[in-house]
Amino acid sequence: MTPQDVVERALALSRSDGCIVLAEESSTANLRWANNTLTTNGVTRTRDLTVIAVADGAEGRSAGVVTRSGVTLDDVEAMVRAAEAKARSLPPAEDAAPLLAAGRPGQGWDAPPDETSVEVFSSLAPALGELFQAAVASGRTLYGYAEHDVTTTYLATSTGVRLRHDQPTGRIELTGRSTDGSRSAWAGRSTRGFDDVDVLELDAAVTQRLDWARRRTDLPAGRYETILPPSAVGDLMTYLYWSAVALDAHEGRTVFSRRGGGTRIGDRLTDLEVTLRSDPGLQGLECSPFLATDASSRYASVFDNGMAVGPTDWIHDGRLAALVQTRHSARVTGLEPTPFVDNLQLAGPQGGSDGTGGTGGMIAATRRGLLLTCLWYIREVDPQTLLLTGLTRDGVFLVEDGEVTGAVNNFRFNESPVDLLGRLAEVGPAEPTLPREFGDYFTRVAMPPVRVADFNMSSVSQAS
Amino acid sequence: MVSGAIDDRFLALPRHELADAALARASQLGAEHADFRLERLRDQTTRLHDARLESSSDGETSGFAVRVVVDGSWGFAAGVELTADEAARVAAQAVEMARTSQAINSEPVELADEPTYHDATWVSAYEVNPFDVPQADVQERLREWSARLLAAAGISHVDAELLAEQENKFYADLAGTVTTQQRVRIAPELTAVWVDPESGSFDTMRTLAPPAGRGYEYVQGTGWDWDRELEELPALLLEKSRAPTVEPGTYDLVVHPSNLWLTIHESIGHATELDRALGYEANYAGTSFATFDKLGSLRYGSPAMHVTGDRVAEHGLASTGYDDEGVATQQWDLVRDGILVGYQLDRRIARLKGLGRSNGCAFADAPYHFPIQRMANVSLQPAPDGPSTQELIGAVGRGIYVLGDKSWSIDMQRYNFQFTGQRFYRIEGGRLAGMLRDVAYQATTTEFWGSMEAVGGPRTHLLGGTFTCGKGQPGQGAPVSHGCPAALFRGVRILNPVQEAGR
Repeated sequence: MTPQDVVERALALSRSDGCIVLAEESSTANLRWANNTLTTNGVTRTRDLTVIAVADGAEGRSAGVVTRSGVTLDDVEAMVRAAEAKARSLPPAEDAAPLLAAGRPGQGWDAPPDETSVEVFSSLAPALGELFQAAVASGRTLYGYAEHDVTTTYLATSTGVRLRHDQPTGRIELTGRSTDGSRSAWAGRSTRGFDDVDVLELDAAVTQRLDWARRRTDLPAGRYETILPPSAVGDLMTYLYWSAVALDAHEGRTVFSRRGGGTRIGDRLTDLEVTLRSDPGLQGLECSPFLATDASSRYASVFDNGMAVGPTDWIHDGRLAALVQTRHSARVTGLEPTPFVDNLQLAGPQGGSDGTGGTGGMIAATRRGLLLTCLWYIREVDPQTLLLTGLTRDGVFLVEDGEVTGAVNNFRFNESPVDLLGRLAEVGPAEPTLPREFGDYFTRVAMPPVRVADFNMSSVSQAS
Repeated sequence: MVSGAIDDRFLALPRHELADAALARASQLGAEHADFRLERLRDQTTRLHDARLESSSDGETSGFAVRVVVDGSWGFAAGVELTADEAARVAAQAVEMARTSQAINSEPVELADEPTYHDATWVSAYEVNPFDVPQADVQERLREWSARLLAAAGISHVDAELLAEQENKFYADLAGTVTTQQRVRIAPELTAVWVDPESGSFDTMRTLAPPAGRGYEYVQGTGWDWDRELEELPALLLEKSRAPTVEPGTYDLVVHPSNLWLTIHESIGHATELDRALGYEANYAGTSFATFDKLGSLRYGSPAMHVTGDRVAEHGLASTGYDDEGVATQQWDLVRDGILVGYQLDRRIARLKGLGRSNGCAFADAPYHFPIQRMANVSLQPAPDGPSTQELIGAVGRGIYVLGDKSWSIDMQRYNFQFTGQRFYRIEGGRLAGMLRDVAYQATTTEFWGSMEAVGGPRTHLLGGTFTCGKGQPGQGAPVSHGCPAALFRGVRILNPVQEAGR
């Protein structure tokens, strides 16, 4: 029994006015470590099937959605009937739309799902073992996590759509602490297959930061010139992207709402020519070129399943250019249907390279300022300005006359990423990064380091 | 409280057959400990926007996991195909994972002893299983509630959401414990939105009703007065939209339990997780300022502070009969007379630190996840003859009364936090003097709890909570409740988020 068999069986059994079937086959492997030893691990396999039955009634079109794991061929009919009964019992869907017609056939429909296994860590695991021994010898304690997930999605509809996508997603994180717990550092990265991961390189970055922190200065709350590395920028821009929802903006309830009604599309958000974009074809950040969703929300509609997902500039040369749309919200707002894309890139003027050579170049060009490692516990405080609060984590450093001269305490910040875009003093070249906080859900991100002249550190955190 | 029997469809799964196959294979391959967990999780989400259906989904996840200890190392594997052959294969895979791990494991895994429980069953306290309620009824209830709010003057939009979950767990281990359990929980929530198109201003207010370990009867009015809350909400939102913005500074606070539960969750609940205190979450959720060497001596807060952990409170979201390591659940002290006296434990860390039996905090949110130490219901106890909320307010000259949770954030060692809320009232001369807006309170954990002058009596008590506390890598969600009374805090720092944004 293949996933394709299950999908075709569901469509063949369908008696409703339309049917969408989504099969997701996932395999994962993970390793977790703490206190210089492996702690937990796991290999898992999951198989989810979603049947979306469409029913046309006198008042409109409704969708009944049923998702089950581990479905066998024998279970399919009951599932299809449950989805159909649900569709008939529900009122019309606000986002109802005709199912999409079959386009160009997707590649590899007939092939079995792609998969991963613990073998993906065959070089990482022994390297970790050596690293733990070295860390014990040098007075460092290591903590971290490595995960690889491969999900194959099969999407089929009663209108002939047959699409398939293989999505590898991986990440590794390493935290190092001095044995007395007074110094802490972090490094992380995303990967598609772990063949490009060198844990020694991550450890070198962590060790450098722990060494920087041997000298410690306390600084009070206040506004500081601050270099935000790509991971920190990634978390802030990811939150901005997740908040850029057309329907909410149109209703007057977000920072992207226009006074008097409508959205702020076309407004200049910053004088700097920065571009925030998504593109399924971004090298190293490849993601699904079609929409597949098992639930309607303000971000996506089940009726849009199979919709092409293409390159989209959300902010183009400093102007708000697009918001996340469904076909329904595009009708309501009178704008282009620009669906959510599962990656994000921020580029500065001239495609993101201004010749500074990244974070290192920015440090060298700083007379006095702060260098962050990453941000944590980011939450929205005021949606009118998209004011976010959160904390610096695992290393804040003082830069003086072009060099890191020591560590300072952590801070709580209160800042809006929209406001920050208008206050960027320098934008470096974009590079692939792992947003520390939102990397659980969103790993395909390329961000530049940026310099802000007056980052708002609201209070001191004693965490070290 | 009536509880249903365990779902026949779960009981019909070949749980004993799979467990026997998995445990026998693990034992045969040399495991000193093995446990088998079969789970079926049902979830239902219904969302309405402006009284129209936005989304309705119905999910079910079934699967099993085998966890072993082989020569002092963990091994874990999970599968979805419910056959004895597959259970045995997954058991072998778990043993293989343990053997692979040994090379990089320098801390032998040993588990605290626990009595065995043979074929024990436990069902949470509810009257009507939400999964037995016709969708049309759920839709109509949410539509009618939304319509009530939309009909009120000044309300621009209404979001309504109902989440319902049914969790079935079967557990068996090599020592002989076998448990079968069922939990039901529900979370209804409505948010009213006010928009002034001319000024571009907007604001929202959400119902304060907490998610609860109850059934559909909660929606029908058992345990919460929905009619009253929906009646009051529009006028409260409009009053807030017209309220003056707060002057930042230092104020005394009277905090309602609908706000305080989340402050307890973040600054006490997570800080007293022993796995965090020992560093196991250092790369992710973080560690804790309440380190193990401070057990019995750390002054956490004022002498009025008595905090318990429990997994037994009726309707508590973390309540269950037995945890995911076969430990019978219980209640114990975490903070007594303001001093740190306990932690939340699982069997491995209880043994590691010589603390005797585990207090039963192991939990996995899905069949394919490794159980880790998760939060019990961590609750601040009311004073038996304590004051009413009015009396607490009466003790304040210049202050703010805070209701409802909203924004929350705390650092990686649980020192520095910042919270907002749904509603804020100015207190002047012991009386409420109108609403305020744009209020956030910011403090350091021990200073904040040290400034707690009084806790309210049992009549001010409310059980708050969440479905989605996050922890661990891979990330796991967990439901948890926090009971607390209203309480009075002196001299807390108040920020104004509009001014923080530089406006």
